[in-house]
Amino acid sequence: MAVPKRKMSRSNTRHRRSQWKAAVPALVECERCNEPKLQHIACPSCGIYNGRQVIEV
Amino acid sequence: MPKPTKGARMGGSAAHQKAMLANLARSLFQHGRITTTEAKARRLRPYAERLITKAKKGDLHNRRLVLRDITDKDTVYTLFSEIAPRYSSRPGGYTRITKIGNRRGDNAPMAVIELVESLTVAQQATGEAEAATKRAVKEQEAKNAEAAEAKADEAAEEGVPNGTPEVEEG
Repeated sequence: MAVPKRKMSRSNTRHRRSQWKAAVPALVECERCNEPKLQHIACPSCGIYNGRQVIEV
Repeated sequence: MPKPTKGARMGGSAAHQKAMLANLARSLFQHGRITTTEAKARRLRPYAERLITKAKKGDLHNRRLVLRDITDKDTVYTLFSEIAPRYSSRPGGYTRITKIGNRRGDNAPMAVIELVESLTVAQQATGEAEAATKRAVKEQEAKNAEAAEAKADEAAEEGVPNGTPEVEEG
């Protein structure tokens, strides 16, 4: 079985981990309540999608 | 070799899958709208719409075909007597899926699948008008294509005598 030959240095570990980044979701404004929401998904704060009440709030 | 069904597997065996789809469809017809994961909703849509199409035909044979999938007689009765007549003027597309974001806990994308309301008279009229326009455009295109082909044929026929000497020269 293949095994690492050398210990991974702290520098290399930290450099690798510094590349873990969370992406900011692209949010749009809800037409009804102007809250930020995800595109193509019913608004979680007012439950409206495409002019229809989808979720009870 | 049997071709696997399109869409997500939904876990479990073929029998589990069949049972799950049947139960989802039964709940949908009972309640009109259900909240489930997006993958299940996407699998359910064609299944449920096929059942509604059968219900629209409304005869005993189709009732028996539906009863093979949904064994609850009460639900099948409402499907045939209340749900199917609503869609008599609607040419398919009886359900609507709306995404409602991810679930807490496992972050699964959730959706609401619901039976759509019956077409209003105005909607029906616009639908028919649109279909008529589309048909007219298609017929016009077909005519144009035929005319173009006929022209091309004529051109080719004319072109042949002219073309032969060139070949001989070459």
